[in-house]
Amino acid sequence: MAKQAHSPLSPAGLQAARAALTREIITPEGVPLNFVLAGAGDRAAAFMIDMVIQFVTVLVLALLLALSGTSNAVIQPIVIIFSFLILNFYFAFFEIRWQGQTPGKRKIGIRVIDSRGGQLETSAVLARNLVRELEVWIPLRFVLANRLMWPDAPVWALVLGGAWTFVFLFMPLFNKDKLRVGDLVGGTRVVVVPKTLLLGDLVHEAAISQQSKAQPTPSYTFTDEQLGIYGIYELQVLEGVLRQDQDTLGYLENTATVSEKIRARISYPARVVDSARFLKDFYVAQRAHLEQKVLFGQRKQDKFSKK
Amino acid sequence: MQVMKSVEFRREREATWAELEAMIQFAGAKGLRALGADRLARLPHLYRATLSSLSVARSISLDRALVDYLESLVGRAYFVVYGTRQHVRRQLADFFAWKLPSTVRKAKWHILVAVVISLAGFVAAYSLTSHDADYYYSFMGDSAQGRTPASTTIELREGLYHQEGVSSFLTTFAASLFDHNSRVAILAFALGFIAGLPTLVLLFYNGLTLGAFVALYTSRGLGVDIWGWLLPHGVSELSAIMIAGAGGLMLGHALVFSGAQPRLDALRERGRPAAILVIAAVLMLFCAGMIEGIFRQAVTDIHIRYAVAGSTGAFWIWYFGFCGRSRGLG
Repeated sequence: MAKQAHSPLSPAGLQAARAALTREIITPEGVPLNFVLAGAGDRAAAFMIDMVIQFVTVLVLALLLALSGTSNAVIQPIVIIFSFLILNFYFAFFEIRWQGQTPGKRKIGIRVIDSRGGQLETSAVLARNLVRELEVWIPLRFVLANRLMWPDAPVWALVLGGAWTFVFLFMPLFNKDKLRVGDLVGGTRVVVVPKTLLLGDLVHEAAISQQSKAQPTPSYTFTDEQLGIYGIYELQVLEGVLRQDQDTLGYLENTATVSEKIRARISYPARVVDSARFLKDFYVAQRAHLEQKVLFGQRKQDKFSKK
Repeated sequence: MQVMKSVEFRREREATWAELEAMIQFAGAKGLRALGADRLARLPHLYRATLSSLSVARSISLDRALVDYLESLVGRAYFVVYGTRQHVRRQLADFFAWKLPSTVRKAKWHILVAVVISLAGFVAAYSLTSHDADYYYSFMGDSAQGRTPASTTIELREGLYHQEGVSSFLTTFAASLFDHNSRVAILAFALGFIAGLPTLVLLFYNGLTLGAFVALYTSRGLGVDIWGWLLPHGVSELSAIMIAGAGGLMLGHALVFSGAQPRLDALRERGRPAAILVIAAVLMLFCAGMIEGIFRQAVTDIHIRYAVAGSTGAFWIWYFGFCGRSRGLG
């Protein structure tokens, strides 16, 4: 399929930009859900937080043992065993207990899900985390101890070797799904936990304010012809304008500009005195009109659509 | 004014959404358990109701804020409902009694390949070193720890039957288990992602060092003694490396010979059982480390050493060969 070039601000261009980072999964109930992929920066930050926690935990254990007067011969093996368990199973433990989150991921607000939308299986969590040995610990050991592995290596060999070992660490940057090797092996994805905020319904609010001001009908009325010009996209842009905070700077000018544009486009005959009022009434009428059409199976996507 | 369908719809269902949202908020902060049985039972019900609201809203409502809200709410509820299962204890029991051994059974061909490659390394190093003891140095490198062809037979024998205090148990345990062998096992799995080749090399190399080691002792007439020293923990340890190697080979297999599936689907399908193989390997290495830490120090009688080797072998054969088999049929 050929890629279509869209202007970045056109409806299609905005949709394309959003789609680049959104992935659809089908829930077991058969309903498609959209999740936004976590960015590489978010994931790196979460990883750093988790690493600091692991490091501090091992350090605290070692210090406690040292303070309790245990002999070195005992401390050393205990610390080795403990750090092995932490390094290899910290992520798996939390992702199983906290349903796809570790302390770092929770802090940043990201989460592991099954890439096909099913239950996040324990074995998937184990698989994605055991691969960290290849992604993180081998490159790290190479950087810290390459002279030990290969005592008189020339510098170019060290640079090349370093680059090769880091290929897997930086894999999330090079594929469009931001997958690391562990995600490929485990069949998982890391997504942003969506924020939930239910805003009021503008139509409902308009109805209430009409009642309180004892105005039984909208001040502005529109004909079917006037309502047939714009589509769903324009309606939702208008929704965005109306949901702006009324105290923001330039709110009045904004509404005035927008209402003048709309008035000219739909050739509204009368002069508009209260532009905010005009926009609200237009929104209510336009939405009622478009929803009515939708019920009959006609979705007019934007003003360029024929129907 | 006539009431819009979408407004009516929202008014009717808003309470359900709010209840679900509050429940998810609570579960996120305090854990699912804290919800209690009654509310927990309501959760899937609320989730499905809200999911159906989302479907309806998508088709009838043009209120963007509403659709966005439902989408994010259902997304968060989905995490809670379809996250990992909660009954950790039951899941663990299930895992060890059935999932783990049956996964190992299913990987029998990969394990066979791992065994064959390791045996090839073993035989090659054994025959070369028996022929010319100098090969020992090339195979063992720096890890020989004073056990070289330059040592006298008496010194070598001493090493096999040397008795140390129990205090060194922890040190031996940690060093033998976690610093070396488990790393090799996890590495053998992770390297499988690079088409499985490094896994093969690793297995072969592991066979080489073992072959050279055994050849040295056998050439001094210590053949029975070296196996008595190796096998009690070696039965578990070597099987563990074979099983982890098989995990790596499975990944390589999925990538190189993906069959009719796209490569990534094949990888995804085999990656999970492969990870279970590594868990099996780490478990076995844990046992091997215990045996090495205790028996190698305390038991010097060759008969007991062979008995321990035989019984661990029998145990693993029972566990991986037969445990949970009846469930596979059901």
